[in-house]
Parts: sequence; structure tokens; C-alpha cells
Amino acid sequence: MGLQTLTFLVVGFTFAIYIGIAFWARASTTSEFYIAGGGIHPIANGMATAADWMSAASFISMAGLIAFFGYGGSVFLMGWTGGYVLLAMLLAPYLRKYGKFTVPEFIGDRYYSKAARIVAVICLIVASVTYVIGQMKGIGVAFSRFLEVSYEMGLVVGMGIVFIYAVVGGMKGITYTQIAQYCVLIFAYTIPAVFISLNLTGNPIPQLGLGSMLTGTETYMLDRLDQVVTELGFAEYTTSARLNTLNTFVYTLSLMIGTAGLPHVIIRFFTVSKVSDARLSAGWALIFITILYTTAPAVAAMARLNLHETIHPSGGQNLVYDERPNWFRNWEKTGLLTFEDKNGDGRINYVADKTVNEMVKVDNDIMVLANPEIAHLPNWVIALVAAGGLAAALSTAAGLLLAIASAISHDLLKGVFRPDINEKQELLASRVAMAGAIGLAGYLGYNPPDFAAGTVALAFGLAASSIFPALMMGIFSKRMNREGAIAGMIAGISVTLLYVFQHKGIMFVASTSYMGDMPPNWFFGIEPNAFGAVGAVVNFVIAYVVSMMTKAPPEHIQHLVEDIRVPAGAAIAHSH
Amino acid sequence: MADINQENRTAYWKANLRLMMILLSVWFVISYLCGIVFVQELNTIRLGGYKLGFWFAQQGSMYGFVAIIFIYARRMAVLDRKFGLHE
Repeated sequence: MGLQTLTFLVVGFTFAIYIGIAFWARASTTSEFYIAGGGIHPIANGMATAADWMSAASFISMAGLIAFFGYGGSVFLMGWTGGYVLLAMLLAPYLRKYGKFTVPEFIGDRYYSKAARIVAVICLIVASVTYVIGQMKGIGVAFSRFLEVSYEMGLVVGMGIVFIYAVVGGMKGITYTQIAQYCVLIFAYTIPAVFISLNLTGNPIPQLGLGSMLTGTETYMLDRLDQVVTELGFAEYTTSARLNTLNTFVYTLSLMIGTAGLPHVIIRFFTVSKVSDARLSAGWALIFITILYTTAPAVAAMARLNLHETIHPSGGQNLVYDERPNWFRNWEKTGLLTFEDKNGDGRINYVADKTVNEMVKVDNDIMVLANPEIAHLPNWVIALVAAGGLAAALSTAAGLLLAIASAISHDLLKGVFRPDINEKQELLASRVAMAGAIGLAGYLGYNPPDFAAGTVALAFGLAASSIFPALMMGIFSKRMNREGAIAGMIAGISVTLLYVFQHKGIMFVASTSYMGDMPPNWFFGIEPNAFGAVGAVVNFVIAYVVSMMTKAPPEHIQHLVEDIRVPAGAAIAHSH
Repeated sequence: MADINQENRTAYWKANLRLMMILLSVWFVISYLCGIVFVQELNTIRLGGYKLGFWFAQQGSMYGFVAIIFIYARRMAVLDRKFGLHE
């Protein structure tokens, strides 16, 4: 069976599962639509959270970033996992105790202010919409590369699938599909990694293979990789830092705080039945995430070694261009891989020196997508990778769309403009909002705005500088009041946005080429993508100062804070 | 009665904050110190084929994060019961 047919079969099978779940898990109340009825088991929620969290960027791009940055790629590994520690201790249990449907709802109630709620809704929508564009692009690209249908067609099919289970099932449908999607994506990610690790080191566990010796030699895999890349003039793999230590530190912190402040992740913790389950569930989520995140460095290092050794076999001569393998030809067609015979010898010379390097483009994304082909794995593994990439993009898109839809129907419509609508009307409104959000996301995926390139960074920056501090202070400070919180959020976002816009043009998934030209006008050498943590500090400081100059929150708010700090006692509201 | 209840809640919150501070220190040490600030120094030590600093940055810190959350969840479940504030 051809690769094409096989891919259609595997992807089609996974889509059939998602649609089947949609019909089985219909939402008939607002509680089911927003929080899946609130009785999800902590392990199940952990799995759904992992799929919700791991996007096309985690699945497709991250290993590629690590492959080319080496040690410098650690920022993403630590940053995108360490946030769960903050979430588990600082936010999730207390927000679960509060027992409402959305993140802006807590901010509005805690700061006794509709204005605060609206500011939170705006932050949420900007962060989630920018994030969802990336997922839509991932869906379109995966379809066009693996199924050879057009990008637009891929987008339409992807939107159709999400539409079916998200509009019908709301959070309930999304939760169960995310569980299925986690299984698909983790399987698709680890199977190739196991084979490659086995090939190279004889150890089937990639996390151990990365620290093992190459088969039939006395040389450790990482030592060999360091040697290969330095001989070609690249920075040593295991020590190559991106920019300076301060930047690495602040970038990691920004990603951690941003992770903890992203609303589509936080609302997943509203679906478990108890406070203690919310804590446990964060742990399970991180286990499921860590399985992929600790495999990624192995995929990265092994793919990089395979790539170099294919082009320049040790002890031999550079590969003759006309004898290049099939995967090379396939990826050249997509434009993600480009060769230019600068010295006219018909051989591929892949080195760090840009003036003689002939691999003029090697896209980050190839590392995961082409990995099975580079390692000569069977076709069904390649088909599985396509299904996994789609599962990662679809599951994250659905979670983001739910966060957007519930902010519109629950926070804006029910909370601010039309408090008098009944549950049936709100449920209908939430479905309409969901359909609208899918349409908007599809439109933006089809016509990505100019700012789309830096979008994921923007989403993290906003979540870190506005939502996280407002939530944390709302729980940990009884003295924090309306004036302080609003001033803090606005100051935090403004500082972050101004800094990002000031250096616009620097993209999140930047090609390695920009590493060399660090703009001298960066604040202490901190790159714009890493600025969310600075925005968060500004938020905390401004909020503190303003709250000290204005009057303390009313007594019932201080009681509310005391109440959410302990698990005991009925949840305040749980509309049924 | 209300005052005793209040004192109990305050003591519970203090115990929670204490536990949190300890665990956040571990969180900080395994990622920011071992994985970033002192990475070069730790790289002189080997863990099999791994340089230790590199291992912390790309493997160890993440295992540590998982452990921290489960320790927190477990200890808090004990505290919830000890102070009679469980669900």
C-alpha cells in the first residue's frame, strides 16, 4: 500500500473516532458546555490537559528548534513544563474551589468590577485568537504535505471536524476528543523516537538512548554529535547557549508564567470535581506532557546526527546531490529544504560558514516530520506522524476556541450585556459563539495577518503580564483591590506590547540566522519574546502601589478570598 | 467558635505557604540554578553520556517538576485532613 493511501487511512480513522465521540458526548446544559459537567476524573483531565496544551508547535516545531539550538533550546523544555508547578500551587486549586465557568468571571467577581472582567476578556481573546492562528496554519500545512490536498482544503476539513465536536459537545465533547487525541499524538511521537534510539544506540528508551553510546562504538552519542557539529563549524551542541544567560533566565520565566496564565489551560481544571483533584490533575497533566517533552531532546539530537551523517558520512566525502535520498527530494518540493551548488562540484556541502554552506534552507519543522524517513522507518510510521501532528493542532485549537466562546457568551453576553437570559438561551449563544470563533479562526488561518508570525510569543507575553498576576494577587493578597488590579493589568500588557511592537519583525520561530545580529537596543539584552516576565513584574509593582493608595476591598471580598483558600465548604455557585 | 475556626484557617494557610516556599525553592534550584545559571560548572560532571548541566536543562528539571507537584498534592491532602478543612 502506498504512503498516500496509508496516510489517508490512518488520518481518516482518527477523524472517525473524533466524530464518533462528538455524537456520544453531547452537551445539554451550560455546565456541560463550559466545564464538561464538572465530574472529570483527574487522570482523564490530565490527559485532556496535555493534549490541550501540546500544540502544533510542541509536536512539530519544538524538536527542530532544539536540534538547531542544542542546549539553547532548553528554554522551551523548562519553560513549557515548569509553569505547571506554578499552576498546581498558585492557581488551579483555588480557582477550582471558586467553582465558576471562566477566568474573567473570577477576575470580575474578585475585583467587584465589570471593567476588570472586560479587561480580562480582552486579554483572553487577544491571547487565544493569536494562538489559534498558529494551530490553523499547522492543520493546513499538515494536510498539504501529507495528503497532498490544498492548504485551503486542509483548513476547511480541519475546521469541519472541530465544528462537529466543539459546537455539539462543548467542553464535554472537547474533553473526550482531547483524550483520544493525546493517545494518537503520544503514540505518533514516541514510536519513531523508539526506533531511532534503537537504531543508533541499541536502547529502546529515547531518554536513556540520548545518554548512551552509539551501537558498536565506545563513543557516547552526545559526544559524537558535539564532534560532528564542531568539525563543520557549528557551535558545540551540548553547550551552545542562545544569547546571554540573563535572557535565557528571563525567557524561561516568561514561558513558565505565561503557561500558568493561559486561560484555555486554566479552565481545564474547572472540570474536575474537587480541589484535591485539581492539584493531582496538574501532576497527571505534567506526566503526560513530560513523556513527550523528555523524548523531544532525544529526537532533536538524533535527527541532527542523522542529518549530518547522511550528508557527510564520517570518513567519506560529501553526498553527491544527484544521489540524494527520496525524503530529500520530497522536502525540496515543499520549499522547506533548499540546496544551492555554490562551488559547482555536484556534492552537498553543509557547514556553518554561510558563504560556502550549500544547504541554504533547512526548516526546523523537518526534524520531526522527516525524521522517520531519514531513519528509513516504514510507511505506517510516517502516516502516524501526520495523524499525530493533526491531533496536536486540533486539540489545542478546540481548547482555545472554547475559551474564546465562553468568554463571549458567558462573560460578555450573560455577565455584562444581557444578564436576564436563561440557561437555554445562554447555551444557544455559546454554540453560536463557538461557531463564530471557528469561522474567525479559519478566516485568519486562510489570511494570516502580518503579526501572525510572532503570535505564540505574543500570547505568552499577554498571559504572563496580565492574567497570571491578576489571578495570583486575587488569591494571595486580601488587600489587592479593584483599582490596583486594573492598573496592574493595563500597565503589564502595555509594557509588554510596546516592547514587542518596538522590535516587530523578530519572529518566534526565527531561522537560526538571526542569532548573530542581536539588536544593541534590547533592554539588558532581553529579546522581545522573553519580555512577558518583565511585564509581569511591572504589573505586580503597579498593582501593589496603586492598591496601597486606594481603599481596601469590601469585607465580603475579603471573606471570598478566605473561602477560596480552603478546600472545605460548598462551592459558591454551580449553576445547574 | 468562630475565632477558633479563624485561627485554624490561618494556621492551615501558613502551613500551605511554608510547603509552597520549600517546593518553589526546589523548583528554582533544579531549573534556574542547575539548568541555567550554573550549567557550565555542572557540565564538568558527567552522568553517563550526559553532561550534568545539560541533563538538568533537557531532562532532570522536568522529572523534578512532576515530583514537586505530586509531593505538593500529597502533603496538602494530609494538611486538609489535619486541619479538618477537607472536602
